[in-house]
Amino acid sequence: MIGGALRRLGSAVLVLWGAVTVAFLALHLTSGDPVDLLTGLRGTSDGLREEITREYGLDRPLPVQYLTFLGHVLRGDLGDSYVLHLPVRTAIGQQLGPTLQLLGATVLVTVALAVPAALLTAGRPRWVRTPVALLEGLGVAVPAFWLGTLLLALFSFRLRWFPALGAPGLDGLVLPALALAAGPAAVITRVLRRGLERTLDEPFVTTARARGVGEAAVRLRHALRHGLLPVTTLVGWLTGSLIGGAVVIESVFSRQGLGTLAVTAVRNKDLPLVIGIVLVAGLVYTVVNTAVDLSYRLVDPRLRTSES
Amino acid sequence: MVIPRIRPGVALGLAVCVLLLLAALAPGLFSGTGPDAANPADTLLPPGSAHWMGTDENGRDVYSRVVHGARPSLLIGLAASALALAAGTLVGVLAAQGGRTVDRIAGRLLDVLLSIPGVLLVLLVVAVLGTGTGNLVAGLALVTLPGYARLVRAEVLRVRGTGYVEAATVLGWSRLQVVLRHVVPNAVGPLVALATVGVGGMIVTGSALSFLGLGPQPPTAEWGAMLAGSGDYVQVAWWTAVFPGAAITLTVLAVSAVGQWLQDRAEGRVAR
Amino acid sequence: MSTETRPGTADPRTEPAPPVVEVRGLHVSFPGPRGPVTAVRGLSLTVGAGESVALVGESGSGKSVTARTLVGLAGPGARTTAELFRIDGHDAGALSDRRWRPLRGRRIGFVLQDALVSLDPLRRVGDEIAEALHAHRTVPRAEVPARVLTLLAEAGVPEPGLRARQFPHQLSGGLRQRALIASALAADPALLIADEPTTALDVTVQAQILELLAERRRAGRALLLISHDLAVVARVADRVLVMKDGEVVEQGPTAEVLAEPRHPYTRQLLAAVPRPRARGTRLSGPRAGSALPRPRTGERVVLRAEGLGKSFAVPGHAPLAAVRDVSLTLREGRTLGIVGESGSGKSTTGRLLLGLAAPDTGSVEVDGQSWQGLRGARRRALHRRIQVVHQDPLSSFDPRYPVARIIAEPLAATGVPRRARAGRVAELMAQVGLGPELLHRRPRELSGGQRQRVAIARALAPRPRIVVLDEPVAALDVSVQAQVLDLLAELRAELGVAYVFVSHDLGVVRHVADEVLVMKDGEVVESGDIAEVLTAPRHPYTRQLLDAVPHLDGPNPGKVR
Repeated sequence: MIGGALRRLGSAVLVLWGAVTVAFLALHLTSGDPVDLLTGLRGTSDGLREEITREYGLDRPLPVQYLTFLGHVLRGDLGDSYVLHLPVRTAIGQQLGPTLQLLGATVLVTVALAVPAALLTAGRPRWVRTPVALLEGLGVAVPAFWLGTLLLALFSFRLRWFPALGAPGLDGLVLPALALAAGPAAVITRVLRRGLERTLDEPFVTTARARGVGEAAVRLRHALRHGLLPVTTLVGWLTGSLIGGAVVIESVFSRQGLGTLAVTAVRNKDLPLVIGIVLVAGLVYTVVNTAVDLSYRLVDPRLRTSES
Repeated sequence: MVIPRIRPGVALGLAVCVLLLLAALAPGLFSGTGPDAANPADTLLPPGSAHWMGTDENGRDVYSRVVHGARPSLLIGLAASALALAAGTLVGVLAAQGGRTVDRIAGRLLDVLLSIPGVLLVLLVVAVLGTGTGNLVAGLALVTLPGYARLVRAEVLRVRGTGYVEAATVLGWSRLQVVLRHVVPNAVGPLVALATVGVGGMIVTGSALSFLGLGPQPPTAEWGAMLAGSGDYVQVAWWTAVFPGAAITLTVLAVSAVGQWLQDRAEGRVAR
Repeated sequence: MSTETRPGTADPRTEPAPPVVEVRGLHVSFPGPRGPVTAVRGLSLTVGAGESVALVGESGSGKSVTARTLVGLAGPGARTTAELFRIDGHDAGALSDRRWRPLRGRRIGFVLQDALVSLDPLRRVGDEIAEALHAHRTVPRAEVPARVLTLLAEAGVPEPGLRARQFPHQLSGGLRQRALIASALAADPALLIADEPTTALDVTVQAQILELLAERRRAGRALLLISHDLAVVARVADRVLVMKDGEVVEQGPTAEVLAEPRHPYTRQLLAAVPRPRARGTRLSGPRAGSALPRPRTGERVVLRAEGLGKSFAVPGHAPLAAVRDVSLTLREGRTLGIVGESGSGKSTTGRLLLGLAAPDTGSVEVDGQSWQGLRGARRRALHRRIQVVHQDPLSSFDPRYPVARIIAEPLAATGVPRRARAGRVAELMAQVGLGPELLHRRPRELSGGQRQRVAIARALAPRPRIVVLDEPVAALDVSVQAQVLDLLAELRAELGVAYVFVSHDLGVVRHVADEVLVMKDGEVVESGDIAEVLTAPRHPYTRQLLDAVPHLDGPNPGKVR
């Protein structure tokens, strides 16, 4: 058990190391002089070029540069954004809050939509399931940024139920979270229901029923845990798609956040900032995934014993 | 050979896919006007008999632009899928057949790619290589590659462990013949199905990046880019936002209906 | 056919107490793609207090559906009708799920088929048993943990305190079945229904579970046993009902039904059981009991293994020796049985013989030629001399291939021209008794028996000297098993092929084998001529296996002359 957990942590560290290496390669193995990339659109006075060359150690051999870069990243130093005249770390820190709020709200909406929908429709007659299934199909197909645009047009501009663009606070979170949650909620409902239905057919569920256990207890006590197991394997995908979705949704709603920061950075060719954001996202992804994997072992006793 | 019964939803999906392909190959069949034919006098006209999806802020016919938008959107989706499929198969087969070290290294590299959320990975590629359709396709393929490679690897391992591959050895086939006759055909089925579903996802992500201005550049008629252009006018001209988005949704629905059908068939073949 | 007309002989009491279950004219049907499919038609059944009744039938006979209907769990979409359906004398025909609940577990305990997967793998064994207690509140909440331990102990689970805290996967198959029985008995039901309680368990464990059920009968509690195996039933039941295609075709006191079966189907079922005296005779068809053609045997050794050893790496453990020092000799046209329980190494031995795995020590010679160092075309040529038939033929067929292509595969591999293949395939199909209409079916569309015949045809296609049969009948119904065993015997006589017959079932091996190897924990504990080994087993394990085979002959309980 402990060995397995340590192995999992070790592989998480390896992945992060790999991501940093990818970032380093992105900086150095692209066409053109890395100094050009690092300066981006900024004017390139010789003084500045020299300063950058020195700061990044670009005059030293590549392996040394790599180790230096690794050392910087380990200390949390992601370099400077030349567009914003800020350390990347500070720029990201300023924008992290709104994005985390959006992600948190989206996860809540997703769970609140998916779990009841799956529990109430699993193994039910066709007329109960079909309407929900149609909604799911739509939820998967509708691009979040279009849904966001439509929600904005309808509820903010026309009905004025929610504040329009860029509004801070809870009111401003509702529409973006809904737009962002539609796809994941649809997918999770589908996977969870399939898991529940498979479990409800299992002999141990019939056995529980044969003991005189009621339907609600069967679903909550036996089926839900089994149904959630396949969902946990989706958490990685979910994390990635939510972070990616946030990038687009923040633009639609003109919200502050890492996504808007990333898009601006790409437009400005502010590579240190882009790499910083990518690394932070990779870190979040890896931490979430590792945590889920470890908790998986707690939920499923079959994974805990060394011999299976 | 049992001919599978085709559900109405799947038939509809197939029909839409055919129409989309036609629109991508020969948009002239559906629309007489060019996508860029602007009439400054007719800006932001609501849907009517002359322009039945209305006109945009430059007086261009929205219907014509939606029809012409099929080509870049499908092109991005299909090209990225094909690229991801080819590269994913290569990596997957290498990982499965190349021995333990190759498998480990490939696995770690895929983990690293997976750890970067898709959209951000595309952003990184675009930031390094620059904006444009080709780079967008490369980025999308890079995002999808790990999933396909994992699946191919798992499928090859699964098929290699099945009774019929062992049986084929006993029947006297050589190792290469076993791989060609049994392993590859049985391993690739599920992948093709998944990739079909994947085309839909690629189109959505592709259009999202176009929406952010990181794909085909204006004035190309691309659905995501059209939506981006509509942003400022949505309050006064809903049609500029509704129709391109509906086109994306319809495309994804159709493609996933067909992909899901393929997947069910592939799974049915394997499961029972 | 009504049960009242023939009271159970083992229940001499004539109390007025109502029977636990009383059903007359039960029909159960399920919706199917082409209209409803009837699973049970017109079944009548009474189980009195303290009675032990068995429902016997093959797959598709409707016996499991009947059992599930008796606890109101026939399944989604099931349509149940009955002239009379009483539990404890109260009408149960139109009960809602809510009204069924107090009866389930409290009046009727139910042990499902698939003992290994009938406990929730995510919950502790003790919690599963406690669930029944909580559902019916038969004991105060505080006393539940103690009661769970008592129940486990009563079901013969050693160290109940430890086992209650463990998860199902940490228990052996036999212990899991005991725990399951404990959970079904938790609320002290008047009747216990056990659906195939011994399948998927090793023979020696089967005997212990049957003993546990027999104990309950002796304690005067009612039992309804569902089984495909007449021999199992013979041990425990006072009265037996034989089901076929949803109907009861015969019923009566167990001893009577076994001794003087009246219905042809019952006779067929009884004939299909490979008893000691049936050796050398047919088990199936109208000629059941007649002598089989004599095999052509010779003295030439076709397969020899010397000192085979094979171990597997287990992460975190010392390597596991799957096979240790196994030697065997097989002569032309003869059959060598390899018997053992799961984990005995018998299947690994089969793989070593087939050249599918390389032994760590020792060697295998097929027709005088060793696998060792053999590569390329010569290895493939040797593969064709020794073929295999698996327990689960379906997994050994490429799912994309129709029957014709499956059987032709070894021919194609040997470079037989396409034209010549069709003729040979037709010949093989006829040899294994398959009609030409099946040539274009896919394996999924075949029955279990047909699949096994296809597998046999494919194995015979390259005219091998030896066929390794790895549990070839384990997944089949008794009557289909009988047909396949007869077919194997005929083919052996006709073609002079030698068999290595790997099985967990000593009864079947006794029927087919000339020599036998008894394996336990990777080692051969006893070997020799089958008659000698079985009449005078020297190793205690062989004796244990032999005792555990349920038998219809002998003193227990019905004598069959």
